[in-house]
Amino acid sequence: MMPFFNLFAIFFQIGFFGFGGGYAMLPMIFHHVQQFGIMTAAEFSRLVALSQVTPGPIAVNAATYVGYRYAGFGGALIATVAVVLPAFILVLISMHFIKKFEESKALDAVLYGIRPATLGLIASAVIFLSETSILNGPIISVSLFENASDYINRLPFAFFIGTIILAGKLKIGPIKLTLLAGAAGALFIR
Amino acid sequence: MKLLFELFFTFLKIGTFTFGGGYAMLPLIRKAVVEEKAWMTDDEMVDCLALSQSLPGVLAVNTAIYIGNKKRRFMGSLAATFGVTLPAFVSIIIILLFLDRIEENIYMLGAFEGIKAASAALIAVAAYNLGKRILKGKFEILIAAISFIIIVFAGINAVWGIVFGGFAGIGSYWYRQKKGDIR
Repeated sequence: MMPFFNLFAIFFQIGFFGFGGGYAMLPMIFHHVQQFGIMTAAEFSRLVALSQVTPGPIAVNAATYVGYRYAGFGGALIATVAVVLPAFILVLISMHFIKKFEESKALDAVLYGIRPATLGLIASAVIFLSETSILNGPIISVSLFENASDYINRLPFAFFIGTIILAGKLKIGPIKLTLLAGAAGALFIR
Repeated sequence: MKLLFELFFTFLKIGTFTFGGGYAMLPLIRKAVVEEKAWMTDDEMVDCLALSQSLPGVLAVNTAIYIGNKKRRFMGSLAATFGVTLPAFVSIIIILLFLDRIEENIYMLGAFEGIKAASAALIAVAAYNLGKRILKGKFEILIAAISFIIIVFAGINAVWGIVFGGFAGIGSYWYRQKKGDIR
């Protein structure tokens, strides 16, 4: 029963603090999978990659994946329900008590601080993902200064820069770019 | 009963075509809910999005809960939520069943490396676009920087970044109230 209870507690917490959507939940999920030794950093970044190409919001994909890895099909079910449950309860309660939604002063004050914090979370997701894709290890390490050429994975790094330009400057859609990166990776990255 | 099935299938479709962060799904949700099904007006949709974005959770899921509840109360919410999450659940389970075989394939591993790098870039672009919208002053920049630093360099649970932001928001509100900027 312990794995099921742990999974429920972890993903209920993530769902409850999941302001800012799926990308902001990634660093929370990363923290817990490492703490509980459910998966390595490398497998976590593969989870993110898989979630990008499979249907469904990334947070739900990730909950199913982690739950299955930790406790099989039952674990997948529990983690998925747990990550959605806080929103389910909160949306229903809010709709019951508020006829027309206008941010209250208290909620407004809290969100005023939470919104920029979610930006910090999303940016940290980029770092965690980079450490096992375009870089060769943690960002807090001396190897970046000692031998940068070994520390940076050249081809993935080129993919990273290319995607930044195509998505940021040329506004090409994320699904197209993900599929393009997958096809190019299959051909060129060994 | 018919409406429950409609809620389920409409959100099943939305869940199937949602990828990644899900913000790209907003036009599709609006089209299905406002234009095709006429479950809500555009004004009601604005209310729905305001609430969905102010509460924790995934946007596509929150709107499903909201619209389901609006149409058929609790059971409606359940049907819509089940529909919007099912594709994510099923697709991951199927992939995991075949993951061992995927790991043996050199082309698939290359594809993974490509997608990992592209994902990091896409999330970076999402962060940049969000930053352009919300980093309006020193307070916002400070909160974003502190939450980033404590997560990446101190390795604490990212949940604390959210808690910190919430308290900082309340603190700033008190401060501005005391100064007389707001009443």
